[in-house]
Amino acid sequence: MKRFLIPLGIFIVLVGFLGIGLKLDPREVPSPLIGKPAPDFKLGVLSDPAKQLSPADLRGKVWLFNVWASWCASCRQEHEVLLDLSKQGGVPIYGMDYKDQPGDAQAVLNRYGNPYVETVVDLDGRVGINYGVYGVPETYLIDKNGIIRYKHTGPVTRESLDKKILPLVKELQQ
Amino acid sequence: MIPELGNFSLMLALMLALTQSILPLAGAARNNAAWMSVARPAARAQFLFVAIAFGCLAYSFLVNDFSVLNVVQHSFSKLPPIYRFTATWGSHEGSLLLWTFILALWTLAVTLFSRHLPDDMVARVIGVMGLVSCGLLLFMLITSNPFLRLLPAAMDGSDLNPLLQDPGMVIHPPILYMGYVGFSVAFAFALAALISGKLDASWARWSRPWTTAAWSFLTLGIMMGSWWAYYELGWGGWWFWDPTENASLMPWLVGTALIHSLAVTEKRGTFKAWTVFLAIGAFSLSLLGTFLVRSGVLSSVHSFATDPARGLFILAFLAVVIGGSLLLFAFRASQVGLGGRFALVSRESFLMANNILLLTACGAVLLGTLYPLFLDALNLGKISVGPPYFNSVFVPLVTPLLLLIGVGPMARWKQASVPELAARLKWGFGASVVVALLLPLTLGAWKPMVSLGILLALWIVISIAINVQGRLRGGGGWSANFYGMNLAHFGVAVAVIGVTMVSAYETERNVRMNVGDTITLKGYTFLFKGAQDVDGPNYKAARGTLEVSSNGKPVTTLYPEKRTYTASGMPFTESAIDYGFTRDLYTAMGEPLDGGAWSVRLFHKPFVVWIWIGAVLMALGGAMSITDRRYRSRKKGRAGA
Repeated sequence: MKRFLIPLGIFIVLVGFLGIGLKLDPREVPSPLIGKPAPDFKLGVLSDPAKQLSPADLRGKVWLFNVWASWCASCRQEHEVLLDLSKQGGVPIYGMDYKDQPGDAQAVLNRYGNPYVETVVDLDGRVGINYGVYGVPETYLIDKNGIIRYKHTGPVTRESLDKKILPLVKELQQ
Repeated sequence: MIPELGNFSLMLALMLALTQSILPLAGAARNNAAWMSVARPAARAQFLFVAIAFGCLAYSFLVNDFSVLNVVQHSFSKLPPIYRFTATWGSHEGSLLLWTFILALWTLAVTLFSRHLPDDMVARVIGVMGLVSCGLLLFMLITSNPFLRLLPAAMDGSDLNPLLQDPGMVIHPPILYMGYVGFSVAFAFALAALISGKLDASWARWSRPWTTAAWSFLTLGIMMGSWWAYYELGWGGWWFWDPTENASLMPWLVGTALIHSLAVTEKRGTFKAWTVFLAIGAFSLSLLGTFLVRSGVLSSVHSFATDPARGLFILAFLAVVIGGSLLLFAFRASQVGLGGRFALVSRESFLMANNILLLTACGAVLLGTLYPLFLDALNLGKISVGPPYFNSVFVPLVTPLLLLIGVGPMARWKQASVPELAARLKWGFGASVVVALLLPLTLGAWKPMVSLGILLALWIVISIAINVQGRLRGGGGWSANFYGMNLAHFGVAVAVIGVTMVSAYETERNVRMNVGDTITLKGYTFLFKGAQDVDGPNYKAARGTLEVSSNGKPVTTLYPEKRTYTASGMPFTESAIDYGFTRDLYTAMGEPLDGGAWSVRLFHKPFVVWIWIGAVLMALGGAMSITDRRYRSRKKGRAGA
C-alpha cells in the first residue's frame, strides 16, 4: 500500500506550494520608480482648466496620486474606498484623469462623489507614460520630498489600505 | 428579473446536484434500487436548471442589461451581438458557468448512453459527477456569482477584452471545456470502480469511448487555441508555452497516456491500478489547470481579475476532490491483483514505454509551469521559465515517443517476435532514413533537426501503410478502432512535418515601410500602399494595405490593422494572413512612424497549417474509433450477477 500513497504525498506538497502561491502576487513587480523623484508635470485641473498643478506644489506633504478614468470599470470598485479615505482625512488624494474626456470624468465625480483634492487631466496620456502606467487604476504614494515610496497596481482595497498604504503614510508623515 | 431567475436556477441546480450524488451513492452502497434510480432523473433535472441559468446570463448580455455587474465589466452596447453572446463566458464567473453547464451536459450524455451498464455502476458514476458539480455550483454561488447586480445601473459597459472579440472565441472555449470536463466521465468511472472494488476489464471498456471523446475535443480545443494565438496575438507564433497553454497541454498528455493504457487494461487485464491512476490524473490536471488560470497564481495573458477568496476556494475544492480520490486510490489499488504477464518485447511493453514518456513529458511541463511559483514561495526570487527550457526538454522526450508509434501497433500482445517485427519494418525504416537525410538538401540548408523531423514523420506514415496493408492482406474487416487509431497517428505525422518546417525555415522581417516601399521575402514581394483610418463598430483602426506579388504576378492584397477599442482604450494588432497549403504569408502592423510610414512585421511560414490539420486528423481519428461496434453491443448485466 505504501507505494500507492506516493501520489497523495506529492499532491499534498503541491497543495502546500499552491497555498503559499495564493498569497504571492506574480504581478507585484517592483516598480523602477520607487525611491526615485515623482516625474514632473504641469497639468490643468478638472474643476478649473485655467489652474495648473505640479508635484512641486505639493512639497512638504505626503500624498496619494491615483490614476483613474471614467471609462475604467475597476476604478468604480475603488471609488468608494477612496471616498471613505478622503472623509477620514488621513492623507490627501490627488487624482489624474487618464486618457479621458474631462466632461465624462466630471460627470462620474458629480454622480458618485469626489474623493480628490484636485484631479489633473492627462488627455493624451503623456504623463502616464512617465509614470509607467500600464493599467488603470494605479496609485502612487509620494513623500514630503517628492519621492515615490510605493506603487499599487489595480483597484485599492480596504485591505491594501490598512495593511500597506496607511502604515506607510503614518511612517512618512513623522 | 431574468438575472434573479438565473440565480434561483443555480440554487435549485445545487440542491439537485446534492440529491444526484448522495442518494445514488448511498443506494449503491446499500444495494437500494430505489435510491439508485434517482441518479438519472436528478442529473437530467440538474442539467435543465444549469441550462436555464446559462440562458439567463446569455440573455442579460444580449439585451445589454447594465444592471448586472458581470455585463458591465465584460460587455459594451456597441459590441456586435455575436460577441455579446460569447462575452457570456468571457469573464471568470461566466466561464465557470460554462464549465458547470458542460459538466451537466456530459452527465446528461451518461444518463442517455448507459443503458448497457449495471445499475450500481451508473449510480456511482452519476453520483461522483454530481459531487464535482456541487463543488462548482457552491463556488459560483459563494464567491463568483455571475448574476450580481450593480445598483444604480451603469450607463454602459467597459467592453470585452479585444483579444476575445474574435470568431475563434465563439467556439474555442466551449470545445476546450468539452475536453477538460469530458475527462470527468473517465474520472467518475475510475472512482466508481474503486468504490465498488471491481477493477476488472469491463470498467475499462465502458470508459474507453468517453475518454476518447473527451480527448478528441481537447485536441480540437488546443488546436483552436493555438491557431487563435497565431492569428490574433500578432506575433506569428503558434505555441508560447504560456501557463494557460500548459494547463491544457498537461491533461492532454496524461489523457493520451490514458487512452493507450485503457487499451491494455481492456484487452489484457493488466495495468489496472495504473489506468485508474491516469484517469484520476487526467481530470485532476484539468482541475489544476482551472485553478492555475482562475486563481491568478501564475501571471498569463489569459488571467482574469484575481481574488484571494476565489483562489482559496478552488484550492480547497482541489484538495478535496484530488486528495480524496488519491486517498481512495491508495486504499483500493493495493488490493488489485496483477494482470496477465507479458514479455520484454510485446505490445504491452511498448505501450508502457509510451505511458512513461508521456507522463515524463507532462511532469516536465508541470515543473516548468510551477517552477517560478516554487522559487517565489521559497523566497528565491522571481523568474520566468521560457520556451528554451520547454523545447530542450520536450524534443528528446517526444522523439522516442514518435518512433514507438511505428513499432507499437504492429507488435503482438503478450510476446512479440523481434525478427518478425524487423522483417516487416526494416525496408520502411531504411527508406525513411535515406529520404530524411537527402530531402532537406532540396529545401536549401541541410539541418539536423529537419532530418530528424522528416525521419519521424515518414517512419510513422510508412509503418501505418505496412500495418494497414498487413491487415487487408490478412483478411481483416472494417474496424473503426483500428482505422481510427491509424488516422490519429497519421495526424501526428502531419503535425510533425508542420512543426519541423516552420521552426527551421520560417523567415521574419520587421521593417520600416514608407508608402510605395517594397520588401521581398522568399520570392514574395510586398508593396506597402499606406494606411487609412477605418471605423469599426466599437473601435477605430489604421488599416494598412499590402499588395503581394510573386514574379510580377499578383498573389493577394492583405489588410492588417492596428485598432484602438473605444470603450477600453486598448490598442490591438489585427494581423492579415494569406493561408496556403505549403506556406502562410503573415503580416501585422507595428507602430506608426513619421511621414505616413509604418513599422511592419512580415513572415513567410512554410507548412504552418499542417500543424493544425494534423491536430484535426488526430481528433477525427479519435471520433472514428468511438463508433466501433464493440462499445455498443453489450448486454446489460446485473450488479453482482
